[in-house]
Amino acid sequence: MNGGGSGTIRDSYKTLAAWLENAPPDLLQARSRQAELFFRRMGVTFAVYGDEESNERLIPFDVVPRIIGADEWGGLEKGLKQRVTAINAFLKDIYGPQDCIRAGIVPADLILTNPHYRPEMQGRRPPGDVWCHIAGVDLVRTGEDGFYVLEDNVRTPSGVSYMLENREMMMRLFPDLFAEHAVRPVEIYTDMLLRSLQASAPSGAGEDPTIVVLTPGPFNSAYYEHSFLADKLGVELVEGGDLFVNDDTVYMRTTEGPKRVDVIYRRIDDDFIDPLTFMPNSAVGVPGLMSAYFAGRVTLANAVGTGVADDKAVYTYMPEIIRFFTGEDAILKNVPTWRCREADALKEVLGKLDELVVKEVGGSGGYGMLVGPTSTKAEIEAFRAKLIADPDDFIAQPTLSLSTAPTLNGGSLSPRHVDLRPFVLSSPAGVRVAPGGLTRVALKEGSLVVNSSQGGGTKDTWVLDN
Amino acid sequence: MLSRTADSLYWTGRYMERADFLARILEAAIRLAALPAKDQATVTAWAGAIASSGVKSGFDASGRTVSEKSVREYLAFGADNSTSIKACITKARTNARSVRTALTIELWEAINGAWNGLNELGEPTKRDDFTNFLDFVKSTSLAVEGASSRTMLRNDAYWFLRLGMAIERADNTARLLDVKYHLLLPPGERVGGQLDYFQWTTLLREVSALTAYRWVYRESVRPWLVADLLVLNRQMPRSLASCQGMIVSYLERLATDYGRRGPAQRLASNRLTQFNEARIEDIFQSGLHEYIQGFLNENNALAAAVQEQYLV
Repeated sequence: MNGGGSGTIRDSYKTLAAWLENAPPDLLQARSRQAELFFRRMGVTFAVYGDEESNERLIPFDVVPRIIGADEWGGLEKGLKQRVTAINAFLKDIYGPQDCIRAGIVPADLILTNPHYRPEMQGRRPPGDVWCHIAGVDLVRTGEDGFYVLEDNVRTPSGVSYMLENREMMMRLFPDLFAEHAVRPVEIYTDMLLRSLQASAPSGAGEDPTIVVLTPGPFNSAYYEHSFLADKLGVELVEGGDLFVNDDTVYMRTTEGPKRVDVIYRRIDDDFIDPLTFMPNSAVGVPGLMSAYFAGRVTLANAVGTGVADDKAVYTYMPEIIRFFTGEDAILKNVPTWRCREADALKEVLGKLDELVVKEVGGSGGYGMLVGPTSTKAEIEAFRAKLIADPDDFIAQPTLSLSTAPTLNGGSLSPRHVDLRPFVLSSPAGVRVAPGGLTRVALKEGSLVVNSSQGGGTKDTWVLDN
Repeated sequence: MLSRTADSLYWTGRYMERADFLARILEAAIRLAALPAKDQATVTAWAGAIASSGVKSGFDASGRTVSEKSVREYLAFGADNSTSIKACITKARTNARSVRTALTIELWEAINGAWNGLNELGEPTKRDDFTNFLDFVKSTSLAVEGASSRTMLRNDAYWFLRLGMAIERADNTARLLDVKYHLLLPPGERVGGQLDYFQWTTLLREVSALTAYRWVYRESVRPWLVADLLVLNRQMPRSLASCQGMIVSYLERLATDYGRRGPAQRLASNRLTQFNEARIEDIFQSGLHEYIQGFLNENNALAAAVQEQYLV
């Protein structure tokens, strides 16, 4: 709650601070235990790959909310809409005329040889030219001067169920706190999502399009979220085996016979979605889905091929991409980044590896990265070898002095580093942002890694009204 | 509704029912084995438990020999027994989890609670702890049935869950009766003797029907009356006739909701008609064992018809 080490309490936290002052000393711990019990009973869990023992784990939940003032949020919201609008325009262009490549905004080889670029999509236009229906943009704050974008997640971003469940939990645990704050509700998210998906249906779908959520199945780490969303949307949660394609039309198998499907909110990666087009050994996809997609008979959300926009190397060009497609300067800043594919940058990075964070271009989940200041000499040297062998695969960024938020640690509050993932929805009807997001918190003292697979936790995120 | 969802609900019902049945069988075996009788009776009790659960070939193939310890372990926890109590509850929960959205919160919590409890209780070996474990299993099936009946919409999700329970229950009652009638009494023991009598009352306890028997017949326990209660009596909720009645009504509700009857409905209602016309004397005359074997075959055929019509 202290901005940039200034040592004063941010305005948005003043009511909370006063309330905590008067609360009985063990109240937070008691509420924290209650929360854990409830999450376990509900089965709000995620699976950790390669961790057989605790195959279903709870993500630690911190009961102290992260609070964002109305003005601050206003700026964020504008920046997010601008950014996602640009990303959609960028994807439309990449898979269309490729003006931005010709104009020298992004290098051709970075796009055309990118593993997430899908040549199959070249020349295709999804309904309303919307490619990225659901985006989760990771932000960090480094001081008074606002937020930086850490990465854009425009393939199948997860975490929105925690945004919604954490709020439910907080309203249950601290009803009186809500009475003292004007917190904007997040539960409209599912409504926004439903309308967004309906608006994205193919033209032949009729008044009331059939929407489904496609999951790889119960063994996927985000399965809980998939079932949660299907439930809140009031649509079927399907697996690949529940769908089949006949005459370029997608159907689901029901107890009353085949039923046509118009919009698929898929939580399966491009590679696995159709064994006839992509990975032939995929057991979770739907054979023939892509031919129905190409025939314009079904909408996939997100579209196939969006990964080319959230690649960490393409990220470094986002300020130029935003200017090119919107004619404006980017409202949300990029973290300054060295592209190791460029010789000068590589040289500079190798000279100060112990100060930098180095990330694999295609990595995610906090794996495959080097955090210089907290790594041993041996780790740094091992990473140096990898970097020299394959510089194209890496980018480097300065270690940011991330902002912290008060977090329950034993019996008292301690500052812990946080990030923020708001969710942005796009449809032919427009771009909208849910007033909130997923706040992830690095629970270990000093740690900067907030990923749930690496011991991070979550907090409820409050966006204040007026 | 997705066919896979219907399938998972149906199997959730079957597995929860099966777990309950196994707990009852084990409880009865513990009682039988405690009889002041020859050693033979103890072994018979545990052999009977294996036979009633329909896992004799798996048990024998595993290299185990019949004893209290081995049978308890195999039926409750056996890692190599795909229909142990533990396996049934785990599968019921896996099925339920894969269709989480079709369940009410209360029903999911009941099923998830069974699975959490299973992990907390571990694999007790001491007789006291083991009995507590069996009590826990029985209480979870009550919780699941109660949660479903109190909180679920009366729509296809509910009918498929109940259909699974009813088909499994019919199968289980039939097996219990058959094992007692056909296999249990060791050589040298007199029909109508003390052991025989005790076995019949234990059978009634297994299906929570000892008191019911006395209310219905007001007589001491006689094999043909027990059979009458468990086969034909429509007041007895576990009797074959009752189960058949439930199966028919669930299938008819599905047919009404979907506006279409099929082979499963026709098969089920034909069988119900046969129950309405049957008399226990006739059944005994042509052989109870043969009758039950016929019933089990038809029950399987019905399950296959349900599968074919709705679940694939």
